[in-house]
Amino acid sequence: MGFTKEQLLDRLKELQINFVSYDHPVVLTVEAQAKYVGHLGGILSKNLLLKDKKHRFYVVSALANTNVDLKVLSQRLGLGKGGLRMAPEESLQEILQVPLGCVTPFALINESAGTVSFLLDQGFKSQECCFFHPLSNDTTISLSSSGLEKFLTSIGRKPSYVDLEATPLVGKDNPPDLAAFVPSGVPGLSDSAEKAPPIQPPVVTQAPENVKSTSAGKASIKAKVQSGTTEKPKSTVNPLIEATDVEKVVEEIFAKFASAVQSEHLQNNQEEIETSLFDGVRKCITTDLQMQMMSFKNAAYSQGFQAGVEAVRIAMKNMSFRS
Amino acid sequence: MAEEKVSSTGEEDSQVVNPWEVTAKDGGKIDYDKLIEQFGCQRLGADLVQRVERLTGRPAHVFLRRGVFFAHRDFDEILDLYERGEKFYLYTGRGPSSEALHLGHLIPFMFTKYLQDAFKVPLVIQLTDDEKCMWKNISVEDSKRLARENARDIIACGFDVTRTFIFSDFNYLGGKFYENMVKVANCVTFNKVVGIFGFTREDHIGKISFPPVQAVPSFPSSFPHLFADKNNKVNDKLRCLIPCAIDQDPYFRMTRDVAPRIGYQKPSLIESTFFPALQGENGKMSASDPNSAIYVTDSPKDIKNKVNRYAFSGGQDSIEKHRKLGANLEVDIPVKYLSFFLDDDAELEHIKEEYGSGRMLTGQVKARLIEVLSELVERHRRGRALVTDEMVDAFMAVRPLPFMFS
Repeated sequence: MGFTKEQLLDRLKELQINFVSYDHPVVLTVEAQAKYVGHLGGILSKNLLLKDKKHRFYVVSALANTNVDLKVLSQRLGLGKGGLRMAPEESLQEILQVPLGCVTPFALINESAGTVSFLLDQGFKSQECCFFHPLSNDTTISLSSSGLEKFLTSIGRKPSYVDLEATPLVGKDNPPDLAAFVPSGVPGLSDSAEKAPPIQPPVVTQAPENVKSTSAGKASIKAKVQSGTTEKPKSTVNPLIEATDVEKVVEEIFAKFASAVQSEHLQNNQEEIETSLFDGVRKCITTDLQMQMMSFKNAAYSQGFQAGVEAVRIAMKNMSFRS
Repeated sequence: MAEEKVSSTGEEDSQVVNPWEVTAKDGGKIDYDKLIEQFGCQRLGADLVQRVERLTGRPAHVFLRRGVFFAHRDFDEILDLYERGEKFYLYTGRGPSSEALHLGHLIPFMFTKYLQDAFKVPLVIQLTDDEKCMWKNISVEDSKRLARENARDIIACGFDVTRTFIFSDFNYLGGKFYENMVKVANCVTFNKVVGIFGFTREDHIGKISFPPVQAVPSFPSSFPHLFADKNNKVNDKLRCLIPCAIDQDPYFRMTRDVAPRIGYQKPSLIESTFFPALQGENGKMSASDPNSAIYVTDSPKDIKNKVNRYAFSGGQDSIEKHRKLGANLEVDIPVKYLSFFLDDDAELEHIKEEYGSGRMLTGQVKARLIEVLSELVERHRRGRALVTDEMVDAFMAVRPLPFMFS
């Protein structure tokens, strides 16, 4: 089930994101919304849910007075001239879990919106008052752009602004500049192996502070900076990828060991062991452990590969035997 | 294109740097500033290093921090595309000319492993057994054997089999790879290769037609088993980053010149300085003099012996003189080697401070170096012991790598 307005607002308070909330009668359009909150200064937002021919979805959040040309956007995304359309009403419920007239970046908090790409108008950058519906169109909240960024980071999205009004020429020598915003796999990846999370340009220094560390040390932060959407469990991501990530595994093993040592120590001692001791040890042995783990990974793969080659050989022998 | 104009200063008194010869002017040190200017590549500044740290979320590799990898071509473009969420792949290689590898040989591989781990991208490694056959007059069988032996040491550097394809020219050439070689060869005249590589009419035609072999791994269509999708189409826009020593630059200058003419992307380069011989910058590391370098097969005793007896010291002749004047860090080999292999920036600074002012003696610096090198070689030895024939087969098998970008 999707998040409710109350749950969202609670979450914003948890994240210490300041916002001001305005209730009003249900509105379905920007014009109607303006009647109730237009006098507050700042510019209202228009939010679109778009769909391309391959059933991929995009939320575009723009200032109400930004000109958004779907044909231009379609080309900039590399979808050709008529590749983008407004998504049908059912998708609003299915993908964003919001009613009609309520498309909002906050809907991205829902798991169902996991593969939706998000384009944020650069007009919002450094704005103090950005107005959005908080999952319900009988309320509008206003928050600063940094508050919005904090929210996005908390749901594993990397905030990045796009000049929606730009009309760059897209052609043979000018690749579509927004191609990275198209949710898609990467060259060489077979479709069945995994569905890659929407490719977002990494915003580097912001992520570490807002990320929950599951284990001590830098590795988990590293992992989050690289694939920013690890906070949301994605049903289609192959679990083996994390399991065979040498650096991650070494870090987890070390963290487990360190915490076990600490527990044992505290059974007979009052004082905790200084974390600097663990840091020193980690520094000493991490490289060796990583090399050993990589040897292990390579060895296991090689053994599997051998077995595979043998299996094929046997199968072929059986085939020719029968014929 | 500006970069392709290699400034030709008078040959007689300038340094010579090409894939087969590296000599400094008047037997002195290589002038890297002049080399960058002559080749037309870019210095890799501190801002790029910081950018790499930001984008990868980890400290930069020691070789980046110390300026070992000091020059580049379009590395900033690779960082740009990576920041946008696009991918690239790595390409490096080795000419398997001898069984014994020394630390200098490992440097590009150590750095490439770091790049693979930091950016999580695939890697192709080319073993130019054909080249060594031609240049060193080794038999085909020996070349192939050496290629496999060297592959073991390369794998021991810690490459990830799920992201790495190692191939030897004798085994792999053909198909799309060869088609690309012909496309490249069509764009390079005999005059051009004479200008770039210094070939003469007396050189046999094997040498003259070799350059395209080293050029085409820069193009993803050379590896359809890796980069082609279900419909057999390769994304020609996938870019390539080549970590190598700067003497390989001529191959890739030629490649970058040709690439746009055949509809391909120019490869980017990140280039390293040369690793000095134990006897000093002016010495030459050579296979015939085992004391000129530390080999990966050296025992801790060998390392201790070599460093103590042959590493050129910048310290003074006597202790009194040394305490007074301090060491000459410019020519001191132990400090130079430490700047390559001692990861701790603070400790290195401290050593330079103390040694340069004369408070620390050569013996102490050498002792630290012996520790660092022994640890390195020991780790390598352990890794290599775990590389079996089956593992080499797996790395060299023509197979897809479905998780190469994960």
